[in-house]
Amino acid sequence: MAYTLFFLLSIVCIGSIIGMIATKNQVYNAYLLVLAFASMGGLFALLQAPFIAAVQIIIYAGAILVLFIFVIMMINLRQGLPPEKKKWTYYFSGGIAAVLAGELILSLKGTFSIEPSAPMENFGSPTRIGRLLFTEYLYPFEITSVLILAAIVGAIVLVKKREKK
Amino acid sequence: MSDILIVLFKIMGTLSWFLTLTLYLTWLERKESAVMQDRVGANRANILGLRIIGLFQPFADAIKMIFKEDFTPRFSKKFLHMMAPFVSFFFVAVTITAVPFGDYVKIAGKTVKLQILDFNVGLLFILAMLSLGIYGVILSGWGSRSRFSLIGGMRGAAQIISYEVALGLSLIGLIMVYPTLKLSSMVHFQGEMILGFIPQWGVFLQPLGFIIFFFAALAETKRVPFDLPEGESEIIGFFAEYSGLKWGLFMMTDFMEIIIISTLITTLFFGGWQVPWLAADGFHFPWGGEWLLPHWIVVLFQVGAFNIKVFFFCWLQVLIRWTYPRYRYDQLMDLGWKLLVPLSLINIVGTGIVMSL
Repeated sequence: MAYTLFFLLSIVCIGSIIGMIATKNQVYNAYLLVLAFASMGGLFALLQAPFIAAVQIIIYAGAILVLFIFVIMMINLRQGLPPEKKKWTYYFSGGIAAVLAGELILSLKGTFSIEPSAPMENFGSPTRIGRLLFTEYLYPFEITSVLILAAIVGAIVLVKKREKK
Repeated sequence: MSDILIVLFKIMGTLSWFLTLTLYLTWLERKESAVMQDRVGANRANILGLRIIGLFQPFADAIKMIFKEDFTPRFSKKFLHMMAPFVSFFFVAVTITAVPFGDYVKIAGKTVKLQILDFNVGLLFILAMLSLGIYGVILSGWGSRSRFSLIGGMRGAAQIISYEVALGLSLIGLIMVYPTLKLSSMVHFQGEMILGFIPQWGVFLQPLGFIIFFFAALAETKRVPFDLPEGESEIIGFFAEYSGLKWGLFMMTDFMEIIIISTLITTLFFGGWQVPWLAADGFHFPWGGEWLLPHWIVVLFQVGAFNIKVFFFCWLQVLIRWTYPRYRYDQLMDLGWKLLVPLSLINIVGTGIVMSL
């Protein structure tokens, strides 16, 4: 049962991401990304991390992508970047893809061990994640929140500047 | 084998409860509005001349909707247009799995929980599914390729995502008080007493949280006074290009959302299936009296109490829908972002201060 679900969710996830890259229409891109995030939430649930699964769906599929689609529907983009700018994006995305591929290959190393390590006691439960966030990972957590605050303030400043002109 | 049968039976029972209540909510809406406006309301549908105050009306409506022409506009995106009502309907219908209808029932030596799936994070599951339901609105608005639908879809998306913030934040105080996200443990926690005689319901522990949640939830159902995505008198709404049973699915989704909001209010703030002073073996009154009852009567009391509370909140929401006029768009956004969100933040801080005392 768990295996069937795993393969089903993985196929949906990878398939929708490939579809997202292949289609040109931005709205379809966003919808396929929603599907990918939702099935990733399902995969987290299969890994006995229901809290992460729920948060994945609420934050990514339920909130962030709604804003994406909102913006896409509002501005209704027709054509992409002009060709002279496209060259640089090719180089840039090629570099990022190479780094990501290297990371993936490195992470494959751990998955070939025969015995999968059993999850810890109440692994992935809200209590445990909350405790870790406020003890061991307090500084990264606080720094991330400051970063997000800075991004929000920056967005407001940019919008206000345009209004003045 | 018998476990699978039990789960199947639970799913069937819960879904038929859900859909029957949805059907009769349409009847309630028509009758209640009729009474409020001094009319008679739907009373002509009958079986062999038997009318019973129009109780057969929902079935007549359903049959009419099934046999209507299912019209897809030529200019629409066919696939998205077809998908949208099903997406809306599915994500609301699936939330009922996490709702506890009662504690447990003992049948033939087995203890069966009166809840389809007792998730560890049941509350988050319901919120996640409700937040995915927004895609039905967006898909129908965009897939119809009609201006009015698009305006409706955009308004719906903006409104739901604004009020979801207040909805989520209003529940954090509650989660701090009951240190759990599991709906069944939340209901168990509400069985305790404050000062020995007041039932420890969420509404007594988190009055401000309840008010914020109620308003945010009303906005999530997209009905008057928050019905800008529909706006019957101006833009018809995100389902303007639908007909027949597909439109019917959107309408049913609306009513199912009312029921889900009612079950959530009941479970989180009004003790779920708890009856004041009723324990697993009967009533224990705070003034010393006892009234012991057999197991199955206790179960009936619990399920009955849950149902009565849910019916009450459905009735209240229909009452609100027919009482108030529609908000203006800027008023709607002000209420969400400038009143409900700051109030819910104050509620979190206040709860923290009281709890640390």
